[in-house]
Parts: sequence; C-alpha cells; structure tokens
Amino acid sequence: MKKVYSRIEEISGNVITVTADGVRYSELALVTSGHGKSLAEVIRLRGNKVSLQVYSGGRGVSTGDEVQFLGKPMQVSFSENLLGRIFDGSGRPRDKGPALEENLIEIGGPSVNPSKRIIPRNMIRTGIPMIDLFNTLVESQKLPIFSVSGEPYNELLSRIAMQAEVDLIILGGMGLKYDDFLFFRDTLEKGGAMDRTIFFVHTASDPVVECLMVPDISLAVAEKFALQGKRVLVLLTDMTNFADSLKEIAITMEQVPSNRGYPGDLYSQLAARYEKAVDFEGAGSITTLGVTSMPGDDVTHPVPDNTGYITEGQYYLRGGRIEPFGSLSRLKQMVNNTTRGDHRALMDGMIRLYANYKESVEKKSMGFRMSEWDQKLLRYGSLFEAKMMDLSVNIPLEEALDLGWQILAECFDPEETGMQSKLLTEFWPKNVERSSEQESA
Amino acid sequence: MTNTTGKVFGVNGNMVTVTFEGDVSLNEVGYIQVGSQKLKSEVIRIRGNQAEMQVFEQTGGIGVGDTVEFTGELLAVTLGPGLLGQVYDGLQNPLPQLAEAAGFFLKRGLYLDAIDRDSSWEFTPKTEKGATVRAGDTIGTVPEGIFEHRVMVPFGLAGEWTVQSVVSKGTYKVTDTVCEIADAHGNTRSLTMLFEWPVKRAISVFEERYKPSEPMVTKVRMIDTFFPVARGGTYCIPGPFGAGKTVLQQITSRHAEVDIVIIAACGERAGEVVETLQEFPELTDPRTGRTLMERTVIICNTSSMPVASREASVYTAVTIAEYYRQMGLNVLLLADSTSRWAQAMREMSGRLEEIPGEEAFPAYLESVIASFYERAGVVRLKDGSMGSVTIGGTVSPAGGNFEEPVTQATLKVVGAFHGLSRDRSDARKYPAIHPLESWSKYPSAINDELVAYCRDILVRGNEVSQMMKVVGEEGTSLDDYILYQKSEFLDSVYLQQNSFDPIDGSVTIERQRHIFRILFDVLASEFDLHDKDSARNYFNQLRQIYLDYNTSEWESDAFGKNEKELKKLIDEKKKGYDPVAEDIRKRAGSAEG
Repeated sequence: MKKVYSRIEEISGNVITVTADGVRYSELALVTSGHGKSLAEVIRLRGNKVSLQVYSGGRGVSTGDEVQFLGKPMQVSFSENLLGRIFDGSGRPRDKGPALEENLIEIGGPSVNPSKRIIPRNMIRTGIPMIDLFNTLVESQKLPIFSVSGEPYNELLSRIAMQAEVDLIILGGMGLKYDDFLFFRDTLEKGGAMDRTIFFVHTASDPVVECLMVPDISLAVAEKFALQGKRVLVLLTDMTNFADSLKEIAITMEQVPSNRGYPGDLYSQLAARYEKAVDFEGAGSITTLGVTSMPGDDVTHPVPDNTGYITEGQYYLRGGRIEPFGSLSRLKQMVNNTTRGDHRALMDGMIRLYANYKESVEKKSMGFRMSEWDQKLLRYGSLFEAKMMDLSVNIPLEEALDLGWQILAECFDPEETGMQSKLLTEFWPKNVERSSEQESA
Repeated sequence: MTNTTGKVFGVNGNMVTVTFEGDVSLNEVGYIQVGSQKLKSEVIRIRGNQAEMQVFEQTGGIGVGDTVEFTGELLAVTLGPGLLGQVYDGLQNPLPQLAEAAGFFLKRGLYLDAIDRDSSWEFTPKTEKGATVRAGDTIGTVPEGIFEHRVMVPFGLAGEWTVQSVVSKGTYKVTDTVCEIADAHGNTRSLTMLFEWPVKRAISVFEERYKPSEPMVTKVRMIDTFFPVARGGTYCIPGPFGAGKTVLQQITSRHAEVDIVIIAACGERAGEVVETLQEFPELTDPRTGRTLMERTVIICNTSSMPVASREASVYTAVTIAEYYRQMGLNVLLLADSTSRWAQAMREMSGRLEEIPGEEAFPAYLESVIASFYERAGVVRLKDGSMGSVTIGGTVSPAGGNFEEPVTQATLKVVGAFHGLSRDRSDARKYPAIHPLESWSKYPSAINDELVAYCRDILVRGNEVSQMMKVVGEEGTSLDDYILYQKSEFLDSVYLQQNSFDPIDGSVTIERQRHIFRILFDVLASEFDLHDKDSARNYFNQLRQIYLDYNTSEWESDAFGKNEKELKKLIDEKKKGYDPVAEDIRKRAGSAEG
C-alpha cells in the first residue's frame, strides 16, 4: 500500500505542494478532500517538495487533505467498448455508462519516427464541396479551422463527423459550452453516427486542468485504433481554450510569459498534439481537424499564429462559409490529380473567376459602371456562393465538379473561362439555359 | 578521466537539477538512470554542488535520488566517412536504424552509433612514417561517393606529432587503427577513421578566412540576379506561415551548385522532411549523375521531438558542414527554422528562471545567433585548397512581423535577406520573396549596375501602381503607364518562376545572363507606343513570348525561335535607349569585354 500524506503545504490556484519521498515526475496522485476525490499530476520536483496540479482544481482543497501517490502516470482505458461513449477530460464517464478500467494505455506517448512516415496519398471525402473540391482533406493531415466566435464551427465539425468517410471519429471538446456539447451529442445521435464516435468532453464549467488532458487522451486512443488499422478522424474544439488553460497553469507556476501571457513553449505544446496526425504504413491513420477561434479576428494572435506554423494549411470560416481565399489545404495536390481529370483545372478556374467577381463587387460598391463582363461575374458570384459555398450543400465530389461546370455554363461562354480547350470539349455542359443577358438587359 | 556521479534533486519539465560530488564542466554530457533507461542530458548551469541539466528526452518517471553519471565529455558528434546520405536526429542518432530497432515510435533512451562501426572503406595513405602532422592534416583518403573523403588528424590534438606508422593501401573498418602518431613528449595516439568533435565549438584548423565573393548559384533567378548569396556567406529567409519558406529551401537543396547540402529540419513539420526523405533518393543530381541523397545529410528534429535536442540539432548540422569543408568542399547548410531553435533556447532560459529579454527570449539570443552564423565562411586550408560553408536559415516570425527579436538578431549578422511576403504568396507569385524589401550585400553574377537599373524600374513602377489605385488608369500619364508595364513585365517573366516546371524550375547562371540581356533591352528601351491600350497589348505580347521562352529548353530550336520573335517584337516598337541605361550598358560592356 502506498503511503498517504496528510499535510498539504502550499495551495496556489490548481497547484498544491506536499513533502514526500520516492515520487516520480509525471506520476499521478489521488487527492481526497471534503468535496470528493480528484486525480493530480506531479509537475515539479525539488528535493522532497512535490508540486502537483489537481485535475478538479484547487478550490476547496484543505491543508489537511490526503494525498496518495499512485506510482503510475495518467492512463486511459482502450477497447472497442469506448465506441459511442462520452467521457470527461480525466476519462471518467459523462454518460450513464459504466466506468472503463481494463486495458489501460499511457497518454502523451513518444512521437513517430520521421523516417517511418509516408507521403500522404488518400483523400477523405466529406461531401462539402468547399472542402472536397477546393481544399481537399487528406488522410493524416492536420488542419485547423480559423474562425471568430459566433461562426458555426461546431455545426461544421458535426457535419464533417457525420459525413466524413472514415472508420472512427474522436471528438475532443475543450471549454465547450454545455449547450454545444448537447448539440454535438444530439446531432450525432440523430444522424446515427454515434456508434462510430467517442467523446472526450471538457465543458466550460469543468476544472481547467482537465481541459489540458483532452487532446492527449483523444490522440492516445486514436493512435491505438490507428495501429489496429482504423482510419481515425480526431476533431478538436476549441484549441484556443486548450492554449488558454496552458497559460493559466504556466502563470500559476510563475513561469515567465513570452507573448501575451502565453508560455514560451506554446509552439512545442501545440506541435506535440498536432504532429500526432500520421499515416501508419500497413495500418490506419490519424487525421486531425481542430477549431482555433481567433480572438478579435486576429490571425497574428499567438494561438492561430503558432498553429499556422504547425498545421498543413487552414480553413477560414467567415460569414458562415469556408472562405476560398486564405483557406488552403497544403496536401491537396497529393490527391487531386487522381480524382478526375478536370478537378485541378476547375478548382483553379472557379477560384480565379470568383476573385474577379470580388473585384467587380468592389468596383460596383465604388460606383463604377458595370460592363457586360462585370454583369456576368456578378451573376457567377451569387450562383457560386449559393450553390457551392453554402455549408448545407452535401454532394459527392463528382457531383460537385458537374455542378461547377453547370454554374460556369450558366454564366459564361466557354472561352471566357480561361480553361484548356481539351477540358472544355470534354466537360462543357450542352443545352444550358443562359439567362444572364436578359437580366442585365 | 572523471567519473563524477550525482543524484537527481529536482525535476521541472525537461530540466533536471542534480547534486554532484567532484568536478563537472559546463555543457558536459551526463546520463540519468531511470529504471533500465539512461537518458542523455547536458549540463547548462552549475551552482555550488548543483548542476542544472537539460534532458534530451521526455522526463516522465524521473525521481529524486536517481543516479546520474557524468561522462566528462562535451556534447559531440562522430565524424568520419559514411555521414553522407544519412538521416539523423538532433543528437546524430540514425533515424532509419532507430526505426528498425524500435518500430513506428521513437524510443526513449535508445542511442545508436552515428556511423556503423562495422562499415569499411578503401583507405589510401597520404602520409608516411616520420612525417610531421598537425590537427586537421590528411593522413589518408577514402572514396565516399564521388568525393575524396579525407581522413584527418583529429582537430582537437594540439602541437606537432610525428607519424610512427601508417597502414598500406587497403580496405579497413572505420574502427581499425590506420595511423599511429607520437608527440615530442613520447605520448602516442592511434588514429582510426572516426573521431569526435564537440558541436558547440567551431572547427578552426585552417590557414586563413576569406571574404565571400564567389556566387553560390541557387538557380532561382530572383536570388542569383537580384539578391545573390555568396559561397561562404549567410542569408536568411523570414516569412509568415504559408509564404513558402520551406518550399524555397527544398528547391535550393535540390538545385544549389555546391558539393554537399546539410539540411537541418529543426522543429518544423515532420511531413515536409518526409517529402525530402522519399524524393531525394529518386532524384538525380545533374552535376554528378548520382542521386541527390548521396550529397545530402539530413538532421531531422521535428516539432514534436524533444526540445533540448532541437537546440542541439543546428550545432550538429553546422559541425558536419565544417567537417566536409575541411576536405576542400563547398557545403551549404539549410536550417529550417532558426526561430524554433531560438524558442528552444527560450524554453530552457525560462526554466532556469533567467531574467527575460524581449518577448521572453534570453538576453544572449543575439550573441548565440551571431556566433552560429559566424561559423559560415570560405577558408583556405593548409594544403592550399579552398572550402566553404554557406548558411541559409529560415525565420518564422510571430505574426509575420519582422520586428521581432529573432528576425532582427539574424538580420544583423547575415549577408543577404530574402523576406517573404504574404501578399505575394496569396497572389500566387512564387518565389514570394519581396523584391522591394529584400537585400543582399554580395555581388551579383550579373553586372551590379544593370541589376540596380532594373530594381529602380521596379521601385518606380510600384510607385505608379500605388498612384493608379487612387487616380485610376485614366489619371496616369502614358510614360508612367509604360513604366508600370515594364515593372509588371519584370515581375512576371523574371522574378516569378514556376518551380514545378522542369525547365523554368532551375535556371543556370549562363542562361540567366543570356536572358537577362533581353529583359534589360525591354526595360531600358523607349518604345513607340501611342496610347495605353496599345501599351498594354504590346507588353502582354512580350510577356507571352517571354514566358514560352522561359519554358523552352536551353539552346533548343524553340528557345532560338522565341528569342528571335522577342527581338523582332522589341525592334518593331523600339525608338532608342534610355540615355542613362545606354551609359550603364556601355560601361558594363567594356567591363565584360
């Protein structure tokens, strides 16, 4: 039986300090107080002084409470039984199901040997044209969704969770509003995707330390499933809350802050999580999509900024749509050459025309005269926004490509699109009603 | 030999405090015994009988009282034949062999030999019994790929030594003694093909250091013509995320005209290294006909690998670069990204509770960055041959703002600055080097005055384009409009370069010189154009042909045909030369002729 210490010497924020011997770094302890039991993790050793961060927070912990070291690091149960279940940041059930104790695995394990990585090769279909057609999601990719508060990023994530062609979804919620948690649960239950989903959810009212655990737990479980050959999609929302929790703990520990109060190792901390995305040769894969809310729509804020340096592109969510400018899937060219012959050309061509449309809109708002070409672009832009960019559109890639040609044909003559003539003869739709002339006349 | 041992007293993140007895030196390596694992660490501060060590591994599971063994040696790399083509982590562990031993994941406390101790090489002696040798002198050579790899007297040996014996020509293992030497006091040393060198000390066994003046051709037009890099020089590429720093480095690592490329992937994405890892063995180096991998060493410490070895990785890389320089070779070191290295320093500084400087970077940031870049240089070796180390580092400034400490500290010490711009990369203008903000102190491979004239057009053209945004095309004079068209022409046909195109992707200096003449002809001519529409059309025509010209094979029929068309089109509208340009051209012509 491990020794129980009953004298807590220092309590500061979520960090407590006890005098103890034989303790190891990162080890877990059980803190028993009047409010119940909580796990705590060793985060600093100095002689026989041991500092621990208490998962349920320091509030209400008394100097006389008991601390018992468990002699093992944080672990989580791993089995098929996790599917369809909901847990909190410490791995305790949030639904009414039983607690899982079997087959414990460690979290926050070592990183993958770079020489064992392979070049990404498979597309993940989501049924969202702005992703599939314009910024294809690739297996083993890590991508953030940059967005301001108020944007429907959780709606987007839940749609991806329901529609993405993967074997397994792990949803890690950090600082999630309780309503949003219920929204995810209800949507996935209604959509019938619950049985291939595992939730690790920290809500805004839960202790802040548990928020830090969510990505590690989610990714540790994902890694095990991936090694068993599953294609896992990990959805993390919201990574800015994760970074804020890091900040909170770092300040409590009196660490020197670097940029806007965030600790100097913010980049390494984020990278350690995002870099878990991987394609195992001969087994499964982990793909990570994380929401990064941008305080004040400022992409130079430390969290989106550091994230941008780590991830392979980003989706900008603005005005309820995935912005075609700025959004970028850096791995898309690895897969969109094998989908359909017109994919790349259509992707580039439609965005180029959309950029022209934006210029026309600007000209129009400044009171310049609209030429016939401007009129065509204006018509194209509104069609593009309604039929392609709207997030409720749910069609497979091939249909989206056909739709793209359809929209072009409704607005332009073939040679106005700047597409190769070879593609035009093959894909340009016949017998399409052109109504733009009548409208502008 | 010291056998100092100590005991763990405290753990804070990746820093461990150790109480020791005996002597310990700064930057000495020690091993912390945790269960059956030994974790490599480096002493970074000593106070009384306590040493603070940064651990090159995850520190979970370390307990107070764990034993620490000090080695008495500084953090060092193994030097010898067989480094080329290898993929190492920041501590010179070969990653493919680690994968064979441990599988998908890196394993804590597993360290392997950097050079396989059983490998053997064909040794040709270059010294004889009785000869006097000093540190850095060649005792023999082995053929490593296309290079003659010099087996040298270890750089750390002081004074003069006399060769006692040297083996005859033949195949030996790297650990076999190939030469025995003795000094005046009768101390003897047995030399093998391998020796160690501490990474944080610059190798200085050369005769003289020279000012970098020869261009290092990257085959990127904008760099070679406008912002050149010299062999033995230094340059930096700062840029916000997504602006193409890493792609530019990858292109350079492929096409640069140097003997050896060392890639230090320091704290960046693993996925990018994988592309290099998988593609380089397939790509042929046009200069040698061998694969690119045979001239490359990759030091790979990606962002999720332990932070302390990230700091070590740039030193490991530069030490290997200096080693090959000692063989009279031109080496290019590409470090991506030096900001991650600076952040690693910041993390350790924070744990040491040092007083922070700007943005919490340590106060010694500038001097450390300066001394790293100072390890570049072109040197004359004792045997008269010349070798060089060129260092190119990317910088990832927070928020894309170049005012931050790492960019500023780097700008002070480098000879060329290739600043990447988000605006240019968003507009898909690659390489996204900003032509107005970047600079280079090295001489261009093309006449500097001609280049300056072109830059001036770019600057004035940009002014016109800013003005046109306000007053519109209608409010701009025809002369200004033509100037604007010229600057756009320069940008689109010369500064921008399609790295995916097999021809346009890498442009030899010979070709650059050739096509620059026509570019200059366009920029310096006064044209007979009467209105803006005809000017626009004319420059569009020029551009179209010049772009075809760029993608046609050097000296092929298509190349000649395009050139003829261009010249014809220029002559059609040309009224004469701008007098200023005419002067420069005459001077340049007389200088060349």
